[in-house]
Amino acid sequence: MGILEIKDVSKRFGGLKALTDVNLSVKENTCHAIIGPNGAGKSTLLNCLVGKLIPDTGSVMFDGQSVLGRAPFEINQMGISRVFQTPEIFGELTVMENMLIPIFAQRDGAFRLHAIESVGRESEVIQRAEAMLEEMNMADKKHMNSASLSRGDKRRLEIAMCLSQRPRLLLLDEPTAGMARADTNNTIDLLRQIKEERDITIAIIEHDMHVVFSLADRITVLAQGTPLVEDEPQNIRGNPKVREAYLGESA
Amino acid sequence: MFGLDRKDTALLAIVALLTLLAPFILNPFPAGSAMAQFNAGYPDLMQRFVIFGIFAIGFNILFGLTGYLSFGHAAFLGVGSYAAVWMFKLLSMNILPAIFLAVVIAGLFALVIGYVSLRRSGIYFSILTLAFAQMSYALAYSVLTPVTNGETGLQLTLDDPRILGSSATADGSIPVTSLFGFEMRSATELALGPWTFTFSVGYYVCAVAMILAFYMAIRIFRSPFGMMLRAIKSNQTRMNYTGLNARPYTLAAFVISGMYAGLAGGLLAAMDPLAGAERMQWTASGEVVLMTILGGAGTLIGPVLGAGFIKYFENIFSKINDNILHGWFAFMPDGLEDAVVFLLHPFIGKGWHLTLGILFMLVVIFLPGGLVEGGQRIWAWVTGKNRRSAKKRATTTEPAE
Repeated sequence: MGILEIKDVSKRFGGLKALTDVNLSVKENTCHAIIGPNGAGKSTLLNCLVGKLIPDTGSVMFDGQSVLGRAPFEINQMGISRVFQTPEIFGELTVMENMLIPIFAQRDGAFRLHAIESVGRESEVIQRAEAMLEEMNMADKKHMNSASLSRGDKRRLEIAMCLSQRPRLLLLDEPTAGMARADTNNTIDLLRQIKEERDITIAIIEHDMHVVFSLADRITVLAQGTPLVEDEPQNIRGNPKVREAYLGESA
Repeated sequence: MFGLDRKDTALLAIVALLTLLAPFILNPFPAGSAMAQFNAGYPDLMQRFVIFGIFAIGFNILFGLTGYLSFGHAAFLGVGSYAAVWMFKLLSMNILPAIFLAVVIAGLFALVIGYVSLRRSGIYFSILTLAFAQMSYALAYSVLTPVTNGETGLQLTLDDPRILGSSATADGSIPVTSLFGFEMRSATELALGPWTFTFSVGYYVCAVAMILAFYMAIRIFRSPFGMMLRAIKSNQTRMNYTGLNARPYTLAAFVISGMYAGLAGGLLAAMDPLAGAERMQWTASGEVVLMTILGGAGTLIGPVLGAGFIKYFENIFSKINDNILHGWFAFMPDGLEDAVVFLLHPFIGKGWHLTLGILFMLVVIFLPGGLVEGGQRIWAWVTGKNRRSAKKRATTTEPAE
């Protein structure tokens, strides 16, 4: 029984079958990659997990509880954090403020009217934020406006924001899309380090095979809205069906 | 001090000092001198400065922090005024219960309107609030005449019950608003040489209310709640996926700013116990938007400056007439003098809106941060920190004060 159980999930957009009978189980404390050619339904599947879309049929259970019909913020409060393809951060706020918000959200829940307390006196939250920035080697940038960070640093910040909430499941949507090779390698190192040092389950959607094979413990190949193969990385590499559907065209 | 850091305490102290010394500061010209018409230090106008300052401070909590542009905030001000006048009619002439009820009723009203309007964002939110405010205005003007006294406006009469006070004074006139015996309209005059300074109880009640309102605004700006509101303005997607429910945050901000508007409305009624529907009209809602943007949305002091600026224009600049202009330009040859006065004529007196409009456009185009940004630039220029601070500004966004 995995921490995330996807059963018979289907989703149609008009006449287009985006997902057909997807079954997927993500084991706790592993890194599970979902790969597939463009239009395979990877993003649709991810959106079904975080509450942005509701599948037509099937169920999505996280830690024994259904996530379907819940709003994104409720799903986050259950312990699922999401990293976007283009980093979604609070651009008008400083790096430090970006770090404080998710920690407040995790500590105080979806809403709390803490209008009189001063942020500067929440020393416990500030310490957690500073420790996380330290860990991400971003402590020197904490007073910077987050919009002026480099692409790679924005990605680091977004991952740091997600991790600061101590999620049980981290969802990554093409975390290295549009990155230079050096930034990609930095991100891979960062994710590896996260995987080794924390009790965390990672589900990653990715296009870049280099990233996938560097990180994943298990890989599901999605093609035309349905899982083609699920196996360990070394077996995926040699699988002729996968080569035909996906690797063949990109190699 | 008071749970604020040193910079905010200094800001609060400056605002408190300026407000309390306003009768001096706004009366720089000796009475009877040619410039005396530019003195703004009389109680009526000073009360307006601080009351509309409160209104704008509250509006800025919603608009400056969350970016939700409400175009119907005057409705809450109007509701506050009606509530306060009813309190004077039914309970007593003490202003405290009246102001309390004004704040509570405006808050409840904001809760209802906000609950519906905040289902949409952007321009649709603005239009919804505008629609609600115009409905309130229309209701107050006609349908709800038993409550609002329609187009005449709600006034005190001699047969009001006033269960904790008296319906009429000993000499048979309507009693005046007071705070534990201190009448709002009573004033002391201080003559210093050619200068005359007026200190009115009413102004100081409003001034203290504004200082408290300003203090509350600083606390909200510096609180985790205030940070969440800025996060909503910055990125709602990230907000949702960070486990935060934006709706109650925006609703709370809406209700708080509605209560500020109610406080302003209650104070207006406390200074002059009548309330009319025109207080809720859309032009009044637009005015507070102008005040906030002109002063600097999202800054602490900006809305207060904007409110003072616009009210000064409305009351002082509008009194300049052709005769005064002729007096100023008397040194010129006759033909030239007439020409100059002719050119300036559309911009003065009743044309003050034109001047204000042009100034507003100039500020929005060249100083997007409002008067506050103008002040900062001048300060940077004076202290010669141009280069250093420009560099700093590029990398940090400490909220501008």
